[in-house]
Amino acid sequence: MAVPYTTSEHDVVVIGAGGAGLRAAIEAAQQGCSTALICKSLLGKAHTVMAEGGVAAAMGNVDSHDNWQIHFRDTMRGGKFLNNFKMAELHAREAPDRVRELEAWGAVFDRTADGRILQRNFGGHRFPRLAHVGDRTGLEIIRTLQDKAVHSGIDLFMEMTVIGLTKDGDRVSGCVAYDRKTGEFHAFTAKAVVLATGGIGKSFRINSNSWEYTGDGHAMAYRAGAELIDMEFVQFHPTGMVWPPSVAGLLVTEGVRGEGGVLKNNQGERFMFNYIAEMFQAETADTEAEANRWLIEQQAAVRPDPRTAARRPPDLLPRDEVARAIDAEVKAGRGSLHGGVFLDIASRRTPAEIRRALPSMYQQFKELAGVDITREPMEIGPTCHYIMGGIRVDAATALSTVPGLFAAGEVAGGMHGANRLGGNSLSDLLVFGRRAGLGAADFARSNGSVGQDPEQIEGFIGEVMAPLDRASGPGPYEIASQLAASMEKNVGIIRQADELELGIAKVAELAQAYRSVRVVGGRDFNPGWNLAIDLHNMLTVSEAIARAAITRQESRGAHTRRDFPRTDKQQWAQVNVTIRADADGLMTATPTPLLQMTPELAKLLEG
Amino acid sequence: MADVRFRVWRGNASSGAFVDYDVPVTEGWVVLDAIHWIQAQLQNDLAVRWNCKAGKCGSCSAEINGKPRLMCMSRIEDCVIDGTITVQPMATFPPVKDLVTDVAWNYTVNQRIPPLAPKPPEADGTWRMQPYDVDRVQEFRKCIECFLCQDVCHVLRDHQTWAFGGPRFMVRTASLEMHPLDTGSRLALLRDARDGLGLGYCNITKCCTEVCPEGIHITDNAIIPLKERVVGEYFDPLARGLTRILGWTREPRT
Repeated sequence: MAVPYTTSEHDVVVIGAGGAGLRAAIEAAQQGCSTALICKSLLGKAHTVMAEGGVAAAMGNVDSHDNWQIHFRDTMRGGKFLNNFKMAELHAREAPDRVRELEAWGAVFDRTADGRILQRNFGGHRFPRLAHVGDRTGLEIIRTLQDKAVHSGIDLFMEMTVIGLTKDGDRVSGCVAYDRKTGEFHAFTAKAVVLATGGIGKSFRINSNSWEYTGDGHAMAYRAGAELIDMEFVQFHPTGMVWPPSVAGLLVTEGVRGEGGVLKNNQGERFMFNYIAEMFQAETADTEAEANRWLIEQQAAVRPDPRTAARRPPDLLPRDEVARAIDAEVKAGRGSLHGGVFLDIASRRTPAEIRRALPSMYQQFKELAGVDITREPMEIGPTCHYIMGGIRVDAATALSTVPGLFAAGEVAGGMHGANRLGGNSLSDLLVFGRRAGLGAADFARSNGSVGQDPEQIEGFIGEVMAPLDRASGPGPYEIASQLAASMEKNVGIIRQADELELGIAKVAELAQAYRSVRVVGGRDFNPGWNLAIDLHNMLTVSEAIARAAITRQESRGAHTRRDFPRTDKQQWAQVNVTIRADADGLMTATPTPLLQMTPELAKLLEG
Repeated sequence: MADVRFRVWRGNASSGAFVDYDVPVTEGWVVLDAIHWIQAQLQNDLAVRWNCKAGKCGSCSAEINGKPRLMCMSRIEDCVIDGTITVQPMATFPPVKDLVTDVAWNYTVNQRIPPLAPKPPEADGTWRMQPYDVDRVQEFRKCIECFLCQDVCHVLRDHQTWAFGGPRFMVRTASLEMHPLDTGSRLALLRDARDGLGLGYCNITKCCTEVCPEGIHITDNAIIPLKERVVGEYFDPLARGLTRILGWTREPRT
């Protein structure tokens, strides 16, 4: 007998209620669309809450030399020029308005002495640019958006997980979801669907992500026929906790370095001076003396004159550069006892300053590791944090390559190119969350209603019911932990062809095992069943990452190949790797040309 | 380290009981690690909410040895009593399954609180707020909505008086009432003991403040100043008259 399900109909359905999803839903509702917001956890718990350091926006409150053109340049350089330049431009232009809008909705950012929004330094940003609230900026943003959303007439569906996108011909027609508490199914019919499902971190063993981060949006869009780009670019944040083991991977904000913290190896050496890539030499301090002068100048009441100012310390290079440097130090035997390096702010700022600027880092280390960061250095190492790659979208509307399907935030690709700068994700989700909401509302208005096909709905339900009915088979936790271990080993920070082949083979082997995965218990709040469903998506995105990684035969940004160590200035500088399903449903990875930048914007990148 | 016996409440809305699990704990573990170990190794269907595992999202609230705490921030060595740790769901809210409770009521309370009504911006389209002005509301905005304060509040827990919004929403209302840009008033809502937030139900036992993982001074800095404002507005004719005549504004203590 067919499993029953309930139904509802909306103009716009937004899947995911982190920053991007909330911002998209608010916009769609303000445009007059009936809007549903589907939230995998409780409202306000999404991963945006973990963002710490700040939101990047060239407001120029701390240094008036800043402007959107420089933010654009920093973003493109950080992304090693692979970014969708239109997204990078819109992002840099619109971020300041999106931040100010949050203030009108109740956000309370830290202030400058003259009462404006305070901005802090961050890796790869030339000027102090990150609006922040201590080191809990993400909480401030998600709470502000949440409180705005509950007064916007949005239909909220908490603790629901989407299991598939339905289609009416070429066009998306809605989605099917289950309620985590009861295990009951619900089919949404929608004229437009916005994916805002975040990232994929659970595919890697050491990561900074929560259980939700299983690439649901990436995988469902791919299965619905959408193209994914740049999937080889997975960001390993340079500073995750390494000890105790139970918190390994937990994020340590880049704000520690923005506030003056420095990286040291077990000899006490500030090793980052040995890892300044040619591209960043002109704007990076090459002596400790100059780096120390930089910190003094940043703390002075008057901004330094850019012509004579000290250059930024190499500890604040973009994340890909720093993560690789740490990896190299540890492999050379200069790491800490627990396989990381040291991050020291205790010797750079007073205890009062540290507690004021980094309160939750202070608390996190004190309570979880028994380390007082105002007295001792932290032990840190790289942790899987973010994926630059995602669904190929149109910059202005966030429309994917499937009609009616939109994407914003981490699940969308292109904005960050080969490497994302810290602070650019909170601004990304505000700018493109809003644009996705607008795009979806426009689409819903200008296209008629869609038909819903019960066969597709029952198909999705049948797939996720199957593991409950099996009498034997491997458990979901076993498959998931093998996948994460293999991805870390074979498709991690440093890659090479033979390991990537092994990684792909392992995904195929586990996908085969997954066909007989067995779940114990019922459908009501059953984490085993929930994981078994998410595992399908984890396997799909893991394959996409590994296939994209073996295709790109060079090193660029977050993608480092031991067998192709150079950054190619010709062939690979001009293409994205595009993932799509071929006619037989097999995954293919193909280089496709980048968008051609306008001469005016290209000029901003010179020098 | 030696095995630790975890007594975990298993059940649903209609029935439940404690079940013992012996867990080989590792140095540095928190209670949530042990629950995850049980889930991955022994009982895949053990229900628990969690997200950040860093004390930032407020999902993994439970009662550990009877005390409301975040499981992710409770080190095992600090919780063991005679080799045992007892973990049960928050008692104030209806059980869903195992350690998961139905906290949906909280979201309906939040919806009743009118949002910020900001004063017009300055000529350049932005607002000025001084660092000392924002300090006070930033304390309230640290709230991670773990609902541990709601769990321990005797008005909700023992008396099941749902006309009281609970400490969490006193903090939320305080963050708006004391917001430097706000022009609205939520005093009538706070006073209303039937369809509002029922502020009068709180008799300042400070239990909420004690369990707040963010260290927010819920009673002293949010509830008492709000009570003073309500009293000033509705029950103190002299202050009301002077406020009107002299244009006084009544600022709570910092």
